[in-house]
Amino acid sequence: MHRYANPARFMRYSGAILPFAAGLTALLIGTGLYLGLFVAPADYQQGESYRIIFVHVPSAWLALFVYTNMAIASAVALIWKHPLADVAGRACAPIGAAFTVLALVTGSLWGKPMWGTWWVWDARLTSVLILFFLYLGYIALADAFDDPARGAKAAAILALVGFVNVPIIKYSVDWWNTLHQPATISQLGAPSIHPSMMIPLLLMAVGFTTYFVTVLILRMRAEIIGRKIRTMQLLQVQKKSTPSANVDGPPAAPAAESPS
Amino acid sequence: MSDFWAMGGYAVYVWPAYAIVGLVMVGLLLMSWRGLKSKEAALATLRCDSPAKNGAANDPDDQGQRS
Repeated sequence: MHRYANPARFMRYSGAILPFAAGLTALLIGTGLYLGLFVAPADYQQGESYRIIFVHVPSAWLALFVYTNMAIASAVALIWKHPLADVAGRACAPIGAAFTVLALVTGSLWGKPMWGTWWVWDARLTSVLILFFLYLGYIALADAFDDPARGAKAAAILALVGFVNVPIIKYSVDWWNTLHQPATISQLGAPSIHPSMMIPLLLMAVGFTTYFVTVLILRMRAEIIGRKIRTMQLLQVQKKSTPSANVDGPPAAPAAESPS
Repeated sequence: MSDFWAMGGYAVYVWPAYAIVGLVMVGLLLMSWRGLKSKEAALATLRCDSPAKNGAANDPDDQGQRS
């Protein structure tokens, strides 16, 4: 039963990290909102509407960052069968799906006044919509089988195949002539925006990332405890039933030695 | 202050964007937090239900402490 070794260690470390991640999130997003809404000046071209950038870009950044994490976790789960990797992948999916929706909705709210339309089927918008469907597919597939291990494997393969979409999203604004503007932060050395706008944007992006860490820890802990509960229930059922009883469970669980 | 809320005429776009991001992020955090708390409570009752005499052998939590 060495498979419980790593989750046990994760529970210890994650419990220690959690309050710091949550505190940092509140601090970074609070400061970012203040600087972005009250201190940063209006844009010379887009007026006040550009302030959507402070929630739109961090959401889009997380949509890609969370998917990358989910794909790495899926690779680790498939290759090394690390018990935490599958837990991490499952915890990532709803967070990533939420931020993909937020990126699409805030982008739409920005596109309407600036482009004159809520939606266009250009490369950037379409590829991000596909990203959202990949998240939904992962969630559906992970729960589609009676055997959780089979669901995890199928979902992990989907996450890896779908990873091809991540560079497509990233470079879509360079490869195709899209309506979407190119990256705001392309290189830190020569940024395309003024520091008074750049600093709140960076604070929000880092704050959204620590938010992701916070929620990821909460969801991973819940998933690990859920698995522990399932294992304990299986053991109790086996203890109560006769040794020949057909218990539909993992072979790792030892058979009841002496039914009393 | 009303200038601030007007957002230079873009209030109908800027504030819904911030509102939906805030709602989804707070909602996701609360759902994840509640999910964890209910799992913890379920585990606690399960441990109380299992008899103490064979509880140690029954508890998968012990297995990991060795390594």
